[in-house]
Amino acid sequence: MIEKRSPMRKVLIYIALIVITVVTLLPLVWMLSASLKLDKDVFSVPIQWIPKNPEWANYSKIWEKINFGLYTFNSVKLTVIITLIQVLTSSFAAYGFAKCKFKGRDTLFLAYVATIAIPWQVYMLPQFIEMRMLGLTNSHLGYILMQSFIALGVFLMRQAYMSIPDELLEAARIDGLNEYGIFFRIILPLSGPSLATLTIFSFTTIWNDFMGPMIYFSPDRLKTIQLGIRLFMGQYSSEFGLIMAASVVALVPVAIMFLFFQRYFVQGVATTGLKG
Amino acid sequence: MAKNNNNVPAGRRKGMKLGTRNTLVGLSFIAPNFIGFFIFILIPVAFSFVLSFMKWDGFTEMTFVGLDNFVKIFKDQYFVQALGRTLYYAVFAVTLTTFAALGLAVLVNKGIKAVGFFRSSIFFPYVASTVAVGAVWRQLFMKDYGPINAFLQLIGIENPPGWLASSKWALPAVIIVTVWKSMGYFMIVYLGALQNIPQELEEASALDGASKFQHFWRITFPMLAPSTFFVVLMNIINSFKAFDLIWVLTEGGPGQATTLMVNYIYNNGFNTTTPKYGIASAAAMVLFAIVAIITIVQFRVEKRTSN
Repeated sequence: MIEKRSPMRKVLIYIALIVITVVTLLPLVWMLSASLKLDKDVFSVPIQWIPKNPEWANYSKIWEKINFGLYTFNSVKLTVIITLIQVLTSSFAAYGFAKCKFKGRDTLFLAYVATIAIPWQVYMLPQFIEMRMLGLTNSHLGYILMQSFIALGVFLMRQAYMSIPDELLEAARIDGLNEYGIFFRIILPLSGPSLATLTIFSFTTIWNDFMGPMIYFSPDRLKTIQLGIRLFMGQYSSEFGLIMAASVVALVPVAIMFLFFQRYFVQGVATTGLKG
Repeated sequence: MAKNNNNVPAGRRKGMKLGTRNTLVGLSFIAPNFIGFFIFILIPVAFSFVLSFMKWDGFTEMTFVGLDNFVKIFKDQYFVQALGRTLYYAVFAVTLTTFAALGLAVLVNKGIKAVGFFRSSIFFPYVASTVAVGAVWRQLFMKDYGPINAFLQLIGIENPPGWLASSKWALPAVIIVTVWKSMGYFMIVYLGALQNIPQELEEASALDGASKFQHFWRITFPMLAPSTFFVVLMNIINSFKAFDLIWVLTEGGPGQATTLMVNYIYNNGFNTTTPKYGIASAAAMVLFAIVAIITIVQFRVEKRTSN
């Protein structure tokens, strides 16, 4: 029955999908195209989607006009550190919650679950005030601490560990492995896909984060790439080509990750859906 | 507890009660994360409740004012308008995103070739840097020479809207970008659900003489109800949390035209030389209450349907 669907119908579906996909991608194509144009040519009609004389110099100018190199370095540094702390401590804690039996465990976990439902925007102000009291605002450390311990990571990893049968761990215990041995030799190797999902989720979130750095970093030396583009837009608002070149640079790391690890991005949708 | 154990001779330690031992091992796994979580997440969450009942500017003494802050924000036209605007934004963003996501998922799920390409292309804006795509859309929406208005003029619309520069059109423009950025995410959610619907149902409908259209509205759509429910609620919550994209596009302007809830919190708590922490926190509590109600409804309904 399904196979008998008329070919006409199928053609229509393809046409619809192609049109929608092109329209969806058009802003990104514009970004790429404008990043290779002189400011005066960016808005010329008819639109030249592939610039005849690509202005590659835009990509070198952005590093000179503002501290773009420093911002990129800061972004890389923060993204790597926070992702590492988050993935390591979350998987560690998740094992405690999923496979160790002790008093008060479920109460502690309830605290994690409860905060998943609370948007960061609700407590960002008291969190910032606390950081200021601790002298941690206007430093990378404060931002690292506020981003590294979100409950979602623990929740996600715990879900993965719950599906690993207890019998497997019991067998390992009889063989003389202690809990730490079990974690490193059995659990971690078995939870690859979830680790990848969490790593990618954390990487994308921190790399793209805007409001956090905006609140926490006023001195120029601390700023991230996302703040850098904002700065560019403010200071050189009519340098259309350069703004697009900077945007492309900010987009590339996530785009590359997306190209190679799509599966985990898609998996992330199912699991981070709980983030709310 | 740890200190005590160090003083116990090795022989006794071996005989440590199994319960205590398990607790220590368990806590040792949890501690590295929990300590950070407790100090930097739990305390601020608790602090946010307290702060909403206080009058404080961060410099002078904090004073308890009871429900004053809540009374004040509901008398403050800026807050009430921000709340109203958030609702307007939510209604349109949620409806459009949900329909777009559903439509796309149905199209992509038709057993076509290159599914991966279509799916990824439509999903990508969701993971793309908000600031970068905001920068693009600002150019696309430019009033005088932006390509969107150039296109509109080309098809015969003589006075195209000023989009981000116009207080009437800024919010609709923001909604368009929101839908563009988030529809791919929810399309994936729907795709997951569609793949769980057995193909035989469609064959059965066809045998009964139902059209594809009838089949979709009578069979598929009702079967997708749990996903639609999830998509709608998630979208509402996202609407109430919206800030980054709007800030990049308009900074809440022109005037207050795109100032939503989180922007109001930001304006009172951060973006000022005379911060009103109590007022900002009361607004944050309203935000929290709305999200909490939605989450509870979601929990209840999901529990009922799974029983």
